[in-house]
Amino acid sequence: MGFLLAALTGALAFSLAYGTVSLSAALFLGLETHLVAAVPLLAGAFLGPLAALAAPRTGALGPYLLFAGAGAMLGALLPGALGAGPGLGALAGAAGGGLLVYGLRDLELFPPRAESYERLALRGLRALGFVFFVFAVVFPFWAMFVASLKPRAEFLANPADLSLPLEVFRAGLLPGLRKLFEGYRAVLFEYRFLRYIANTALVSVVTMLLTLFFSVLGAYAVARLDFPGRRLMERAVLLTYMFPAIVLAIPLYVVFTLIGLRDTLGGLVVVYLAQTLPVALYMLRSYFETIPESLEEAGMIDGCSRFEVIWRVTLPLSLPALASVGLYVFMIAWNEFLFAFMFLDSPEIFTLSRGMVALNSQEVPYQYLMAGAVIVTVPVMLLFFWFERYLVGGLTAGGVKG
Amino acid sequence: MRPRSLKAREARLAFLMLFPTFFLVMLIVVFPVLADFWIAFKRIKLGDLRPPRAVVVERVKARPRVPGDRLVVAYRVENRSQNPITETRFADRIPPGLTPLALPPECHIRGGALSCRLTGPKPGTRKELVLAFRAEGAYFASGRPNPRASRPEVESRAPNPIFAKPFTLENFARVFRDPDFVPMLKVTLAYTVFGTGLSILLGLFAAQLLVVRFAGRNLLRGLFLFPYVAPVIAVAFVWVFLLDPFAGTVNALLLKYGLASGPIPFLSQRVWPLELFGLRLELPLALTMVILFEGWRYFPFAFLFILARMQAMPVELFEAARVDGAGVWATFRHVTLPQLAGILATLFLLRFIWTFNKFDDIFLLTGGAAGTETITIKVYDYAFARADLGLGAALAVVLFFILAILLTLYFRYAPRGEV
Repeated sequence: MGFLLAALTGALAFSLAYGTVSLSAALFLGLETHLVAAVPLLAGAFLGPLAALAAPRTGALGPYLLFAGAGAMLGALLPGALGAGPGLGALAGAAGGGLLVYGLRDLELFPPRAESYERLALRGLRALGFVFFVFAVVFPFWAMFVASLKPRAEFLANPADLSLPLEVFRAGLLPGLRKLFEGYRAVLFEYRFLRYIANTALVSVVTMLLTLFFSVLGAYAVARLDFPGRRLMERAVLLTYMFPAIVLAIPLYVVFTLIGLRDTLGGLVVVYLAQTLPVALYMLRSYFETIPESLEEAGMIDGCSRFEVIWRVTLPLSLPALASVGLYVFMIAWNEFLFAFMFLDSPEIFTLSRGMVALNSQEVPYQYLMAGAVIVTVPVMLLFFWFERYLVGGLTAGGVKG
Repeated sequence: MRPRSLKAREARLAFLMLFPTFFLVMLIVVFPVLADFWIAFKRIKLGDLRPPRAVVVERVKARPRVPGDRLVVAYRVENRSQNPITETRFADRIPPGLTPLALPPECHIRGGALSCRLTGPKPGTRKELVLAFRAEGAYFASGRPNPRASRPEVESRAPNPIFAKPFTLENFARVFRDPDFVPMLKVTLAYTVFGTGLSILLGLFAAQLLVVRFAGRNLLRGLFLFPYVAPVIAVAFVWVFLLDPFAGTVNALLLKYGLASGPIPFLSQRVWPLELFGLRLELPLALTMVILFEGWRYFPFAFLFILARMQAMPVELFEAARVDGAGVWATFRHVTLPQLAGILATLFLLRFIWTFNKFDDIFLLTGGAAGTETITIKVYDYAFARADLGLGAALAVVLFFILAILLTLYFRYAPRGEV
């Protein structure tokens, strides 16, 4: 029974390794791979029981080296399984061997206990889960990037090949770069994305600053001051969070058209403000409540006015919260699609979202469209990675108290 | 200072500080909802936003050859819209040396300036004002200028159709009589339930993977949030691109690994026949893809909240479970899940409402075609694609009532302390 279980584990480990390597090599390296499923299944089933006999423990490196090596040798000797040379086979085999030992570590298999089944199933699920999620997340973004570098004909020749077209550098570094980033050049300069970047940045920054200003005032009032209807106010403000933009879109379109605010960036900022203020206020209020009131009282006793206290005591203490709220608001404004799409008609004031729709309707090659997508995405991603800690705080603070 | 007045001052300060937020939210959120109700009861079209204006066309009917001849000018005043105009005025310059012979009662000439003022015209009709002059020598001396050289300046007064049109229930009748109404509700329900469920399940799974400490965990956490923080316009276009039946990577991969026999039009085919264990199933293909997108894009949201909750769980409980000999599944089922119940319920309600409200994603993926038309897409379709604001607003009101029920449920059943 234990051997059977180990053989199954081996088959799964090797299939997972081979499948991942095959798919990755095909997608990201552009290699002509296929997959003969029998090879990893048999190899795993053969090595599994052997690995079980070695009874690997956490921290012991020996079994890993042994079975990764065995797997690598097997993989190298059977390159036909992937059809892409012995190197890749060895890599897949080594990964399979390592995964196998990792899966079997610290298990009682002779005879298997009930717990062992569960732990094996769990480990299998975890391994599958990691591969699945990483692929699901990386694949679209990688595809977007690569498609933005390849001319249409080149991409159509093999749409399953998402490798970087590095062969352009055969013509030299500069011509290569020029060819590689042709889509970006066209989108930025011919399709005016440079302008749209500036517009979007302007709208996002103004929205962020105004939201921070108003929400600090409002949040402070709700957190510190006593007034009738405080609870109600809070609820009402939160309600706006739940309103579908499309329901607001018709009347706002009507009114903004009548008062001439529709095709302007100012009108857009007003809408974004109303959409972000409630959440910002809510998030900041939660944070302000964690600041000891005594600090502010000390400031008051020292002769500061309310606003001086906010400026000199509360805000410096809330910098992390301000950062996360600011980033959150910036992101919302930068990514917003519906109102930009409906309100803006004049190309001079397009935001990136609106510009993308315009680009799409001009039937440009996919390369340009993907270059545009990269341009929209990259600033948000950069901000996100720089300030991930704050942003995660911001994303959760809106929902979970404390 | 007495405490009472201090309290009053504090309240006044609070109101002042909250005023900008309150005002903007009123203006951009509360007012539009009320306005929706107003528009929903009127047959207002997109074109009605521009108040109707009369068009004045000037024609010369008779030209003088010698001094003493007649010059006849006709002004045709048209109302090309479907809406009434109360009054139209226009002014024009009359060349020198023309003596008026016959003027319509609506018009006056003073010092070479013509001004006319008439009621109407009624929607879709026109009125013609004919003016006759005798051309004197001075007219020929100044080089026989064409009266049409100066354009008439027109000014019309018309009630704004948004206010002037009568109240009617017709929009609602049309909404409910639309043969697409019931299918649309079904699609919305399927999209909302499965999209919400999928995103929470994936989020729960992802959180289980990352709750254990290991090298590179923070990097993976950041990576897992990508679909959620990236702009919808970018990720939706990438999905459309990847799922393209002919140039798309996904179809190319399926063909390559022998998983499909031909290109699958993922986003443009309504149903896909599926042979499963001898059963013939009709998979709503485009709807499924849209739901998968929803799951993919919003699992990070659930993931983040569930992970935060799991990291806050007391370790003692898990140790106790281990001491009691509980297996992995039993621990998850009896220790982890009960503690997640609150956040899962909250997430479900929250995401349910948000998915129900969702517009951008489907609009960008399929445009509502191939059996993916949800209520929000239909509102847009009515109001802007068909240029019928009244119809769109009526459906928006229906949407609002469904949402009101959902929100009531939310505030009643959302556990305290979480959201």
